[in-house]
Amino acid sequence: MKYFRLIWKNAWRKKIRTSLTVLSVFVAFLLFALLSALGFAFRGGVDVADAERLIVIDKISLINPLPMSYRNRIAATEGVESVTHASWFGGYYQDPRNQFGQFPVDPESYFDMYPEFNMPAEQFEAFKRNRTGAVVGREIADTYGWKVGDQIPIQATIWTRADGGRTWEFQLEGIFSTDDPRGSSALMLFQYDYFEEARAFGKGTVGWYILRVSKGADPVQVANAIDLQFANSPNETETSTEAAFAQSFTKQFGNIALIVTLILGAVFFTLLLVSGNTMSQSVRERISELAVLKTLGFSDPAVLGIVLSESILIMLMGGLLGLGLGWLLIQGLAQQMAAFLPGIFLSPAAMAGGVAMMIGAGILAGIFPALKAMRLSIIDALARA
Amino acid sequence: MRVLKQIVAVTWLNLRNLPQRVGSSVVAVIGVAAVVLVFAAVLSMAKGFERTMISAGSDDTAIIMRSGSTSELNSGISNDQALIVANAPGVLKDGDSAVISAELYVVVDVKKKSTNTDANVPFRGIQSGAFAVRNNVAMVEGRMFETGKNEIIVGRAAQQEFAGLDTGSTIRFGQTEWQIVGVFEAQGSVSESELWTDVRVLQNAYRRGNFFQSVRAKLQSSASLPELEAALEADPRIDPDVMSEREYYSGQAEPLSRFIKLIGYPLTILMSIGAVFGALNSMYSSVSVRGKEIATLRALGFGPISILFSTMIESTLLALVGGVVGGAIAFLAFNGFQVSTLNGASFSQVVFDFAVTPDLLINGLYAALIIGAFGGLFPAIRAARLPVAQALREL
Repeated sequence: MKYFRLIWKNAWRKKIRTSLTVLSVFVAFLLFALLSALGFAFRGGVDVADAERLIVIDKISLINPLPMSYRNRIAATEGVESVTHASWFGGYYQDPRNQFGQFPVDPESYFDMYPEFNMPAEQFEAFKRNRTGAVVGREIADTYGWKVGDQIPIQATIWTRADGGRTWEFQLEGIFSTDDPRGSSALMLFQYDYFEEARAFGKGTVGWYILRVSKGADPVQVANAIDLQFANSPNETETSTEAAFAQSFTKQFGNIALIVTLILGAVFFTLLLVSGNTMSQSVRERISELAVLKTLGFSDPAVLGIVLSESILIMLMGGLLGLGLGWLLIQGLAQQMAAFLPGIFLSPAAMAGGVAMMIGAGILAGIFPALKAMRLSIIDALARA
Repeated sequence: MRVLKQIVAVTWLNLRNLPQRVGSSVVAVIGVAAVVLVFAAVLSMAKGFERTMISAGSDDTAIIMRSGSTSELNSGISNDQALIVANAPGVLKDGDSAVISAELYVVVDVKKKSTNTDANVPFRGIQSGAFAVRNNVAMVEGRMFETGKNEIIVGRAAQQEFAGLDTGSTIRFGQTEWQIVGVFEAQGSVSESELWTDVRVLQNAYRRGNFFQSVRAKLQSSASLPELEAALEADPRIDPDVMSEREYYSGQAEPLSRFIKLIGYPLTILMSIGAVFGALNSMYSSVSVRGKEIATLRALGFGPISILFSTMIESTLLALVGGVVGGAIAFLAFNGFQVSTLNGASFSQVVFDFAVTPDLLINGLYAALIIGAFGGLFPAIRAARLPVAQALREL
């Protein structure tokens, strides 16, 4: 650290060149931040999944409903602590582009199942009392500017009402949010009883079941026991952990992760070249200065360290700025995209990874010039100058 | 004229001693190549997806769904309503019968070969008119399914992308076993991502009664669409959305392709900015290395304009080389690369190829030129302004 001033002065020896290098590193890490936040959203909550929660869907496809009668049979299965259900409503608000998750649920058991969703108690009570009431996540309320007490018409794309209409009117009784900064609450929930009574078809079914396994029970065993129970029935089931369920969705998007990795690879390769080139240039220009340093008694490792630190310093200056701006942008972006692509989040792990990459890239870019500087023979170097 | 000659002479001189500055030049070239590569790769995804979706739709085929449904999956049409469509004006007749196909669209879980995990594969029940209402579908392997039997024909793309769909094999969905008897092609359109069977069999297997989700009708001409629409809207027994198949598939393609572009363009712009810094760096060092040479040229009577332009030209040429390299790599690595993804609009998989099209490559080259010009401008100004006497003395 005592050489910091020397390293700092060396780094800014050529202001334009160093600024340009810092700026390209800055851009690279800005990209890194944005892409990893996006990647997080694409993993779709795999990271926040609750290991104690299992999802039961129809074996053929998630789009096939399951009979309501399964609820009691699932609840009676050994190792099941509690069970609730949800269904896909698939409506939109005003314009078909305004689509977000809407689910008819059983309020009491659903919110028991998802303790991470928080709502003022009086709002929750009002929701339970009002048959045509609804609650939405904070993101959705912000996106559409809804307040508690608003009348919200949702256009159904699937569920025609028994009276032939396609507009479902709800009163907004509450707004909930999630504790977990990584999680998303971009959904709307309303009473299953109302849905069941008013829909034109599909009565007596739900979309899927969600259950919590009791303490100490093995989730895999519970899942197998449930699937076995319904084997060879008209509605065979497939039970998986919440994480596996989320993962199966992510996998459906296909090679997105691969593409993100490829882009990051291309960016990093370029970044390394630019800064490696800058470093070797600056060492080449400074050969005589380095020889003077050595003459003054700086040891070989000290010279190596000085050159290497300079390279790392340049990376850190650009990289931390990029990561910082990326973090700021992501806060805004996550707000903007909450309804469309929930869960955009720059995880601390990704940030730590970014810093590690800055240091790694700094070492990689600086190591050859630094070795060259270390091996410098004083006489040759001074003679050349 | 003299200036032009000077520019050519100086540029030629610069290019000939490029090998002496190979390090920084290569860095600039690679920087630009990376930009063009990423640009072409990301947007070729959107292009390929749009091509697959849009080539599926023709203007002279109408698709009729229940009004308000955003995709076939959400819609519902009764048998009686399908008959109303068959007898509606504007629908093409083949002899006595209308050229229509009332279809059922469900989703089944089939393993994706690349990940070995379940994917939502579209499974469509069709009527015999299905081939006639689509212009581009043809059997290429095996035979057509027999009506009334649990037999499936699969699209070529679906067969390549998903496991267990070879002709002759059996596949099980729930309690029903299905025999795969043939493969069809649809010129790479979205239909190729689907499995097809007899609609009656599918209705039974999925307990859908006598219900369909969409009716496709061949029109007498694309101009007959308004006539058909008016007739169906006026009929109290049916509450339909009528649109051309092309319009339908464009709508289905829009959210995902908009999303890819929403990522692709800002990404390219950001990376371009990064590449401009790289190019600037390399050109500044090129100018500073050649300081003595430039001063000598100026002393010999070459004007500042020719120095300026030659530096700009060098930078632009380097960027252009980078652009060509990046474009070529994108084309070789990604063009025709088959992927499948979940299209949110229909909640089912679409198999498509990346399409690195000529217009993408040309746009990539424009980006390279812009990067080169920006990267060269300031160093060129510095080169042109270099005080001759001082530069000669310094070195």
